[in-house]
Amino acid sequence: MIAAELAERVRAVAPDVVVARGEVTLTVARDDVTATLDRLRAEPDLSFDFLASIAATDWPGRDPRFWVVYELASVEHLHRLRVKVGLPEADPTIPSVVDRFPTANWHEREAYDLFGITFEGHPDLRRILLPDGWEGWPLRKTEELGGVNTRYHGAFIPPVDRRTS
Amino acid sequence: MSPDRVDDLLTAGDEAGFDAPSTREVRQETMVINMGPQHPSTHGVLRLLLELDGETVVSCAPVIGYLHTGIEKNTEYRTWQQGVTYVTRADYLSPFFNELGYCLAVEKLLGVEAPPRAQVLRVLFCEMNRIASHLVWLATSGMELGAISVMLYGFREREQILDIFEAATGLRMNHAYIRIGGVVMDLPEGGLERIGDFLDTMPGRIDEYERLLSKNPIWLQRNVDVGRLSAGDALAYGVTGPTLRAAGVPRDVRRDEPYSGYETYAFDVVTREGADCYARYEIRIEEMRQSLGIVEQCIERLREPGPVMIEDPKLGWPARLEVGPDGIGNSPAYVRHIMEESMEALIHHFKMVTEGVSVPAGEVYVPVESPRGELGMFVVADGSHRPYRVKIRDPSFVNLQAVPTMVEGGLVADTIAVISSIDPVMGGVDR
Amino acid sequence: MPVERLEGFQPGRTAEESEEEFKRGLLFTTLDRAVNWARKQSMWPVTFGLACCAIEMMATGAGDYDLSRWGMELFRASPRQADLMIVAGRVSQKMAPVLRTVYDQMPEPKWVISMGVCASAGGMFTNYAIVQGVDTIVPVDIYVPGCPPKPEMLMYGILRLHEKVRTEGRFR
Repeated sequence: MIAAELAERVRAVAPDVVVARGEVTLTVARDDVTATLDRLRAEPDLSFDFLASIAATDWPGRDPRFWVVYELASVEHLHRLRVKVGLPEADPTIPSVVDRFPTANWHEREAYDLFGITFEGHPDLRRILLPDGWEGWPLRKTEELGGVNTRYHGAFIPPVDRRTS
Repeated sequence: MSPDRVDDLLTAGDEAGFDAPSTREVRQETMVINMGPQHPSTHGVLRLLLELDGETVVSCAPVIGYLHTGIEKNTEYRTWQQGVTYVTRADYLSPFFNELGYCLAVEKLLGVEAPPRAQVLRVLFCEMNRIASHLVWLATSGMELGAISVMLYGFREREQILDIFEAATGLRMNHAYIRIGGVVMDLPEGGLERIGDFLDTMPGRIDEYERLLSKNPIWLQRNVDVGRLSAGDALAYGVTGPTLRAAGVPRDVRRDEPYSGYETYAFDVVTREGADCYARYEIRIEEMRQSLGIVEQCIERLREPGPVMIEDPKLGWPARLEVGPDGIGNSPAYVRHIMEESMEALIHHFKMVTEGVSVPAGEVYVPVESPRGELGMFVVADGSHRPYRVKIRDPSFVNLQAVPTMVEGGLVADTIAVISSIDPVMGGVDR
Repeated sequence: MPVERLEGFQPGRTAEESEEEFKRGLLFTTLDRAVNWARKQSMWPVTFGLACCAIEMMATGAGDYDLSRWGMELFRASPRQADLMIVAGRVSQKMAPVLRTVYDQMPEPKWVISMGVCASAGGMFTNYAIVQGVDTIVPVDIYVPGCPPKPEMLMYGILRLHEKVRTEGRFR
């Protein structure tokens, strides 16, 4: 289905649908995530049965601060949908969808590893990319880029996130 | 695997104890072996925790993260154009695809399209990159399974492709050639002839590989019925690319959601029914042939000249670049222009290079078909001159999740065959 | 016999070298020269390819830029059987202990080539995840810059290492 049609169809499942640049985005509350994903998969003309990716973004200073983004696709109808869920800063937890989409296993571990978002019900939530004892959630905007302070021929070059350009 | 199970495996060596030989008891327990991360056959720094009962794999847990580079975090501290050089090093065997996904995403956010000649050049280089990547797969797979001469043949052909890349972009790998708004420079003098020569020799070489391997009894024994992954399992694990098409599912982003003009090219989506390592081998060999066909079609379209970078001065890269003695650099004519002739051009160049483009706020997800599967770029912009979030959905990261299913119950030696048939590139897995 | 000297690359011996060797005594210098020659002739690298530089290292070992001209096409998987470690690629924080373990397992004498800017100094990845130069972990003999270095650049680095071994090594 083309974007506008798809948006109308998805609006029947949940109301908060936006169409931008040819892509359809659905925003749901944390408590409705699993139920919405089930409906999106079950309805025969939507049939979103392929989870391409789970991403997370951090917007410090806004409420909700963390956003978890599910990229869904349909093998049969070849259309795509983005489902976004906002999580508050004080309680960045969200139900896991591993039992519905086994591919979510490593994606959720990565979101946990880099952002500190906890996925309830995940069978094995531990760090995946960083060493096991690592402290901190590096991809949060409040974390520094890291690297070294370099001194070169009498000049001091700060790490990248503190340079002026 | 449950967390307790993984903990057991990681500490098994300490607790196993050692029975004195005089007890004469036959121990019935499994052995935990660590394969990698430094290993000649795991295609990079992949670590596998294998629990073995003799030679049979009882369970397998992949451990990744040994090449985590923080690419995604780094892009947030650079301009949009500099993001290309970071993203290109994620999946380092298919750099053009990373660049293409990123640039398509940024162009979608900007609401612009690259000029037609640039799109043809993008398709040309991407398909040649696909052939180069499949050649590395063939070379390393062959070597890991014992066919060492295939390693030399694969790299010999790849050198031809890399020579063309070097003549056109100045670099053999990690080119930063595809940029926002088009490509950075046109083909050099005689470029089309060189690619034509390559197209003449390559089909014969692919026939050579098939003669060497396809009916070889050792190759067949090592690959047929090894690493079965059914279509249902593959889709549940999010597997894409040749591994999915080997199970009979004809899913290819170039056909399903065409980008950069792919709907106008004639090519087949190659599928097989075997769902084993041999089917994936056949698919990649055939995909090399299909890519050669697309390259031929691209060459025909490149006969007429045209612009390769978008005209809009706020977006297009300002300089005319040339391949110099140390790679791509500003052409001397352009340097003369900005230093001696036009102050405005100098100021414009300065602004474009230091600050770059400003991308309106929004988020997009653009999938491209890399040699390993669906490579997706999820790019979030906040209206400034820096990316806010670039998330790379790497196909190898997702495909590796299916390894335990394919490997458990088989022999240790089959693990090597399975991993090489998925063709993971750890740069993309760990980013 | 006149020895042809290339710019910056001296396959023969200078007057100072001859002087020094004469001072050290004839028996040991001849043995030194023989042992150093043997060590450089067939230096076997351990497979430590990490990222993009690993592909260029494989290309250097393959047909077009043949490393077996110098007896080095045999990359040993076991560090116990190798005497050269070419750190090819970016070293992440998780990989650093593995790098040190593999280095420790190599028997003496051993050398390290740091291939590429990521291994030499962290490269373009000045961030939390990458070790900013492997010389913080292992002693490096030759740094080969490039991103990735062309096979010819790696070969030049290897040949400089051979010269270093031939002229500076003392087997005692």
